[in-house]
Amino acid sequence: MSMILFGAIVFTLACYVLAMGLAMVRLYRGPSAQDRVLAMDLIYTIGMLVLLVLAIRYRSAMYFESALLIAIFGFISSAAMAKFLLRGEVIE
Amino acid sequence: MSGDLSLWVEIPVALLLVLSGLFTLSSAIGLVRFKTFFQRMHPPALAFSVSAWCVTLASIIYFSARSDGLALSAWLIIIFLSLTVPVTTILLARTELFRRRHNAANVSPADIPPALSHVLPAASDQEKLPQPPR
Repeated sequence: MSMILFGAIVFTLACYVLAMGLAMVRLYRGPSAQDRVLAMDLIYTIGMLVLLVLAIRYRSAMYFESALLIAIFGFISSAAMAKFLLRGEVIE
Repeated sequence: MSGDLSLWVEIPVALLLVLSGLFTLSSAIGLVRFKTFFQRMHPPALAFSVSAWCVTLASIIYFSARSDGLALSAWLIIIFLSLTVPVTTILLARTELFRRRHNAANVSPADIPPALSHVLPAASDQEKLPQPPR
């Protein structure tokens, strides 16, 4: 792994960490519950992107499955939370 | 497989990764800085679309160059993400609309996006003008 790719990976991961911290700020002080669901949505997506970047860093294709699992469970959880906020119950 | 890849593979991968990092950072900044919920709904779409596409393309290029054929397993993630993100976004938008209507809140001037502020009457004229139906 050359220095170019290594530096790019480190820079990208630093950007992701900063973005996660900013989303945590919104998660902490979001005025409504929808804001918090939105911030949580962004956080799990960034976590999935972190796994994809780590797959390139460690040259292993095993990270794809966990990234896919994070995508699936994140979608289910945020859709369930939005449905709960909309209706008061998840399954009607 | 331990040898370095050629520079023609590593430079596009590095560029795509840096681009995705910058887009994710700007979307998080937008999520923090925007004023209303309907404005805040838009910046995460940047992370969901552009950043995810960039990282997926980077990993496809990287793993395709390292193995013999095309390594397209990362397509699953971007297909799944592009299917599910609009569902979540529409549910959240409907939630915000429903709750705002349910609260029957007086819409304060801080809730109105600044792009629409020139439509509003000035504060002194507000008593004379007929109020729009809520």
